[in-house]
Amino acid sequence: MSQLEVNDLKMHYQIKSIIGGKGVVKALDGVSFKVSTQKTLGIVGESGCGKSTLAKTLMGLESPTSGSVSFDGVPSQNLNSKELFQTIQMIFQDPYNSLNPRKKAWRLIAEPLLINSHLSKKECFNKACELMEKVGLRPEMANRYPHMFSGGQRQRLGIARALVLNPKILICDEPVSALDVSIQAQVLNLLVELQDTLKLTYLFISHDLHVVEHIADDILVMYLGKIVEYGPREQIFKNPQHPYTKALLKSSPNIFEDNDKHEPLIGEPPSPLNPPKGCNFHERCPIASEKCQGEVPTLRFHENREVACFNL
Amino acid sequence: MEKVEAQKTEEQFENPIKEFWDMFCQNKGAVIGLGIIVFFVLVALLAPLIAPYSPSELQANALRFPPAFLKGGDSRFFFGTDDVGRDLLSRLIYGARISMGVGFMVVFLSASVGTVLGLFAGYLGGKVDWFIMRFVDILMAFPSILLAIVVVSVMGPGLMNAVIAVAVVACPTFIRIVRASAMAERKKQYVMASKTFGASPMRIMFSEILPNCMAPLIVQISLGFSDGILNAAALGFLGLGAQAPTPEWGIMLADARAFISSDPWLVTLPGLCILLVVLGFNLFGDGLRDTLDPRLKK
Repeated sequence: MSQLEVNDLKMHYQIKSIIGGKGVVKALDGVSFKVSTQKTLGIVGESGCGKSTLAKTLMGLESPTSGSVSFDGVPSQNLNSKELFQTIQMIFQDPYNSLNPRKKAWRLIAEPLLINSHLSKKECFNKACELMEKVGLRPEMANRYPHMFSGGQRQRLGIARALVLNPKILICDEPVSALDVSIQAQVLNLLVELQDTLKLTYLFISHDLHVVEHIADDILVMYLGKIVEYGPREQIFKNPQHPYTKALLKSSPNIFEDNDKHEPLIGEPPSPLNPPKGCNFHERCPIASEKCQGEVPTLRFHENREVACFNL
Repeated sequence: MEKVEAQKTEEQFENPIKEFWDMFCQNKGAVIGLGIIVFFVLVALLAPLIAPYSPSELQANALRFPPAFLKGGDSRFFFGTDDVGRDLLSRLIYGARISMGVGFMVVFLSASVGTVLGLFAGYLGGKVDWFIMRFVDILMAFPSILLAIVVVSVMGPGLMNAVIAVAVVACPTFIRIVRASAMAERKKQYVMASKTFGASPMRIMFSEILPNCMAPLIVQISLGFSDGILNAAALGFLGLGAQAPTPEWGIMLADARAFISSDPWLVTLPGLCILLVVLGFNLFGDGLRDTLDPRLKK
């Protein structure tokens, strides 16, 4: 059984404008995937494609329009909030913004415990120190404030905070994109190490394909709230099928290949308020046919992965 | 070179209070303000020890004596005596007690109510925000002293009622300041992060957001002191605040009005006290604002 199973998840926002117009933003439109224990699913896509909405919905911060999420076969509705927090936790993108500047390090880490358990302050402090050691911070720093830490250290604090409730699944929402490249590697290695020792399952959201390639087992490519390609990492990186995935991979800089030949995608992603008819991608797609303008492609198996495209 | 700099930043981190104090001391006005405040607080606390007479003690045959340093003054009464023969210095010293007490009560009441309402308005938003802010707009539509007079007339004159009236008048400023900060903080990721591990709205408001709104709040608290003292004295002057025998500076001003041409010190000295205290708190508050506002840091 997979640890996390998401089925046809939809998150639609009703937009009312003052002029009287109404619209629906389909931030997530029928997203389904499975992740098994100790595996990492990398979720990639441009900004605005629904990555962060997916994270919020899984965390229970937003209730989905339809669809289901289940952890170890138990639907998320059947878990109370406390059980949910102990199943899934999140690491945030911006280590400068996601830690309350007025709280000491140990307090930041122990806050989930103070809320969700009956441990005394002393016990929480000890637990926080223990976790600081686990993420590579000296426990002597427990009484410092966040601004006394560097970016990488702060992200380690964020990781420690996410781990304090012993969750089984971690959502990493662009955990390294705000860090220097040298520190990115350290934090990524820490995440890999923690995955092994604590048997964690990761949902790794990123726009940086190199990072995802380093850490993910499966890749899920999203475009405007929909999955366009979903499959094992080697398959997707070595032999991308969907034209959007191809474009994404080509747009990422590579020192071994001459990138001058590559043609970037034309145009901007369409407004989610007014998506094109048919395939969301057809306006920017180099291989679009007439069918793409009228019909919406669904995911189908093709060369060991799922792809949503008619022309393969 | 790099090492030296690293050490320097480390030191700054280690001692935020010392850094704050150094910054604060660079502002001469603020230090003077703090000095004035400390002086009046000491006077208020030590009133029974330093006052030569009781504030209500009548001196036989000593009506409207001028201060000791003026012609015709009596060395027993340093600041002279008032129209019924009470020692003015003792009354001014005890008056400091009342003014400081009033200032403290006003700030305590208005800041606590204002902070809670401001946090609710700023964090919850929507209808709650709308109701609180329209209430604030109504309060702010009246001139402050007029509103205070209305409140006192409804509740009846008296020092306690005057304090409540002045606190009501001071409330909107606190609500607005806290609301503005709370709205800015609410969007930050740490608020969202605390939701992901189940912090309740109350916990988010008071434990996460409030500490980050403190800088403007502290400044407003110090400025609120002076407004409170001034408004309470004004109510006293109008006969709506503290009542007659109480040595309150506002009433002393009002009572001595009739003698402004014959014995000007009777009006001047209490007026000067009010001026000094208000000036002290304003200077201090301004200095605090300059020190606490990161945008003004060099």
